[in-house]
Amino acid sequence: MTLPDTGLEARITPPGSAAVRRRPAWHAATVAAVSPETPNARRIVLEVPTWPGNDPGQHLDLRLTAEDGYQASRSYSIASSGEATSVVLAVDRVEDGEVSPFLVDAVEVGDALEVHGPLGGWFVWRPGVSDRPVQLVAGGSGIVPLAAIAGAHADAGDAAPFRLLYAVRTPEDVFFRTELARAGAAGVDTTIVYSRRAPVGAPVPAGRLTRETLAAAVFPPDTGALVYVCGSTPFVEQVLRWLGELGHDTTDVRAERFGGS
Amino acid sequence: MSTVVDGNALAGVLAEFLGPDASRALLRCAGCGSIGLLAQTRVHASPMGSVARCRDCDTALVTVVDGPDRHWVGFPGARAVSTSID
Amino acid sequence: MATFTRGFGGRRHERDDSRIPPGQTLVQDWPVLSAGATPEIEPAEWSFSIRTESGLHTWSWDEVQALGVEDVTVDIHCVTHWTKLDMPWRGVPLDRLFADVETSLDFCMVHSFGGYTTNVPLDELLDGQSWIAFEADGAPLEPEHGGPARLLVPHLYFWKSAKWVRGIVMQSDDEPGFWENAGYNLHGDPWKEERYW
Repeated sequence: MTLPDTGLEARITPPGSAAVRRRPAWHAATVAAVSPETPNARRIVLEVPTWPGNDPGQHLDLRLTAEDGYQASRSYSIASSGEATSVVLAVDRVEDGEVSPFLVDAVEVGDALEVHGPLGGWFVWRPGVSDRPVQLVAGGSGIVPLAAIAGAHADAGDAAPFRLLYAVRTPEDVFFRTELARAGAAGVDTTIVYSRRAPVGAPVPAGRLTRETLAAAVFPPDTGALVYVCGSTPFVEQVLRWLGELGHDTTDVRAERFGGS
Repeated sequence: MSTVVDGNALAGVLAEFLGPDASRALLRCAGCGSIGLLAQTRVHASPMGSVARCRDCDTALVTVVDGPDRHWVGFPGARAVSTSID
Repeated sequence: MATFTRGFGGRRHERDDSRIPPGQTLVQDWPVLSAGATPEIEPAEWSFSIRTESGLHTWSWDEVQALGVEDVTVDIHCVTHWTKLDMPWRGVPLDRLFADVETSLDFCMVHSFGGYTTNVPLDELLDGQSWIAFEADGAPLEPEHGGPARLLVPHLYFWKSAKWVRGIVMQSDDEPGFWENAGYNLHGDPWKEERYW
């Protein structure tokens, strides 16, 4: 039994912002393009004909099957978003890893693999849902889902104030330079901190991210910003600790930990 | 071989069990009673399987074991799980 | 429905060596697999207990050592497909502890610091089949490998060799422990590939 339709329900959910329900499924994928992203990472574009599209921030599970039937599966965040059937990944080589060295060093255009997705409804941001400021904090390859979010913000001409703090080791380790420059031009206030070596002429010398650097770069707690943090587990845990110390409500912070050290 | 991540990493395998938005499943910890999102659990992952633990009291909430042609999902420390209706 | 990916390596099964159980691959390193955080226990605070239907027996670190530590060289087989051959260990056979214990119960639930459990029939721990082990590869057991002491039951898959072992509770049935509940085999014989339920 339900109540009669009053016609008010349509007004309550603004058009275009309702979550598009895309059920995750296994899809056949073909490697459409590969290119070096950093000395240690590779951009891989997959063509996935049955891909239903994905929200900014979502990920997929990628499965490789050897000729003897052995399978290995790993999760990768998606750098692209929207309805397109081309899905962009950026894979960092994990030392002694089983899958990432293959993806970074060996996989070729035309290779077939399988993906399960789109996955993840929590570590997601969609334009037009809220006008809260958005603070993105990325460590190393943690930039991948945040680049998808920043890109969607730029593409939509979304008006929410956006900041990105991106921590890397050296200038060569920056992923998605072109995309980040575009997001910067679209109003994403971007700070890159270098822990080992900064670019020549950088205003700030290289040094590990500190609570003070974090505090100077991020929206203050009272702005009600939506915060997304992504990177290695130790990086994320450290940033969450500092955000808590700086007065942010960390239960509201969305985090995605990649493991590693 | 072992790594610590969070419940986002289980969204794929648990989609078969908890539906399309598994990372937003709510679990109540049988150890301390706290309710939280799967996405926010601390997950210890190794080739043996993955164990999602309560951040507050370390109780093992969910176990995932991947065999060659089956998955096993256990909820040793989560008596009930909630997912939103489509 | 699996699609083969060109060039992705599988595992080599060295079936020509009769000491390697089916589905296993020989390794030279020693992988660390964990289900939770690594406990940090000092020998001075460590104890080992056996609870039977009639009582509780407890040994301190020194008391276990005093039962007589022996050198053993064993092969170990992990259900995740790796095998190490001829690994040197030092430990005290469980036989020496059970010599002082009376029980009519046939099964053991092995408990670890940190909450891990695994089940083993008593007759598979006795008669020289298991040790409380303190050293591996000639050095004290590292915490990530179960130090200061772990159970060593090499004839079963290595998840039965409980890290950070703290005691045994006798049970009347072969109730499943942590990984057995989660999908792994109640028994775990590598030669019969008893991996899963």
